[in-house]
Amino acid sequence: MEILNYAFMQRALLAAVLVGITAPAVGIYLVQRRQALMGDGIGHVAMTGVGLGFLLSWSPVWMATLVSVLGAVLMELIRWYGRTRGDIALAMLFYGGMAGGVMFINLAPGGSNANLTSYLFGSLSTVSESDVTAICLLAAFVMLVTLGLRRQLFAVSQDEEFARVTGLPVRALNLLTAVTAAVTVTVAMRVVGLLLVSALMVVPVAAAQQLSRSFAATFAIAVAIGVTVTIGGTVTSYYQDVPPGATIVLLTIAAFVVLTGLAAPLARRRARALAAAQPAGDPAECVIPAARKAGDEVSV
Amino acid sequence: MTEPVISLRGVRAELGSRPVLRGIDLSVHRGEVVALLGANGSGKSTAVRSIIGQVPVSAGEIELFGTPRRRFRDWGRVGYVPQRTTAAGGVPATVTEVVSSGRLSRTRFGVFRKDDHAAVRRALELVGMADRARDSVDALSGGQHQRVLIARALAAGPELLIMDEPMAGVDLASQEILADTLAEQVDRGATVLLVLHELGPLEPLIDRAVVLRDGCVLHDGPPPEAVGQHALPGHDHVHPHAPAGAEPIRTGLLS
Repeated sequence: MEILNYAFMQRALLAAVLVGITAPAVGIYLVQRRQALMGDGIGHVAMTGVGLGFLLSWSPVWMATLVSVLGAVLMELIRWYGRTRGDIALAMLFYGGMAGGVMFINLAPGGSNANLTSYLFGSLSTVSESDVTAICLLAAFVMLVTLGLRRQLFAVSQDEEFARVTGLPVRALNLLTAVTAAVTVTVAMRVVGLLLVSALMVVPVAAAQQLSRSFAATFAIAVAIGVTVTIGGTVTSYYQDVPPGATIVLLTIAAFVVLTGLAAPLARRRARALAAAQPAGDPAECVIPAARKAGDEVSV
Repeated sequence: MTEPVISLRGVRAELGSRPVLRGIDLSVHRGEVVALLGANGSGKSTAVRSIIGQVPVSAGEIELFGTPRRRFRDWGRVGYVPQRTTAAGGVPATVTEVVSSGRLSRTRFGVFRKDDHAAVRRALELVGMADRARDSVDALSGGQHQRVLIARALAAGPELLIMDEPMAGVDLASQEILADTLAEQVDRGATVLLVLHELGPLEPLIDRAVVLRDGCVLHDGPPPEAVGQHALPGHDHVHPHAPAGAEPIRTGLLS
């Protein structure tokens, strides 16, 4: 395994594994509450943070975290208070975030859109020591929330109204989900890039659903897919000199296609098992009685 | 009279600028089964949703177990069955996973202990869904889905059950199981507030009916007798499942 002899590859693989775990772990709650594209929105907002980081010569990762957390909280507030114009407000937030990023980075001394590219599409091989520290800390936070509060987040994402009647702090949990999603976006930024982050949050969950019947299994399979494709994509990019972000996303979509293909025979087998388990006298097929019964008579 | 479990005094609520509740008074006492009846748009769902804090109230007072609703925190005593929504979550979930959500109000920080798992199993047995515990809720019929939502409300072992149209779109077999489950809860001493479109199979359980019209209480007392066509003397009750050729039950005048 000569690939592990290089320090930059060790860092890249560690970052990739952490992203492979965290992105689907947050994404499953976004998919459950039918906000699958929220990660994409946060990704756009995070661009302003990256631009500001360059302009103020602060760490772009931490600046992006700060700005995308603010953006995610703003999106959640819009969801509460402005239901009717919500989509318009969100659109403005997305594109405002993207335009802000481009503007700030060009205002930064010696900055150009070229600096932005590594954040837009990921740049695993340039992950620095301090990036790894930041990614580890943020990933630990994300895992703590998504696993530690899984029952609460499940209840709120499944049925908000019912969750409120069980006394759960629904608004606080919604805000926490938004913040966790924002943190995940910045964790994944260096690996797959801001424009492709959402794919790693949503597609593994969609792929896992093809096989699973429970939330717990969906969670586990999605994380397994996430880790497999991020490691696979990173290793492939090392040997084949292809961009890791794009490779990871294409692998994820391939996993979705393969699992969908596997799911059809699996569903048929389950249906047969269920039919076999039917109690006698309750036939699975329609049976037309030989003679008509009294109940079949229709009198007006 | 015992202390009221639910008490509404002069409750008003608006959706947009349209008044939906125009000063509702309603109290439900311990052990009572009260049906909230009324036509579509009469405000019965809004009234129930105001009790659980889902609809903001512009005037009036709401108390649960003698505590103003804003300060009420003991949600484990309340089991809520929302109107069944066709939209499930975007991720598959098993019957057990959904019912477990109902137990959260009795746990500390959502950590499940042995008796929490047992309570979830017991709630599933009560509605006759224990054999489907590991199935996805997407694979259930409307009636079975409703039974799961009721099990979710029962998982916390509530003293008060609030149900919004529990019989809507539920097949006959499930209706009977639901009526039996509810009867058991009432025997156990549960207090029940039900939103119903019609009394139907739950009629024998109901102590009192509150009828709403245009956001006002029209009737508060014994369940109303059938009105309209059904109440006319001479209205023939033709039972659809009666054996063919059986004579309709003739009540008199018109035939």
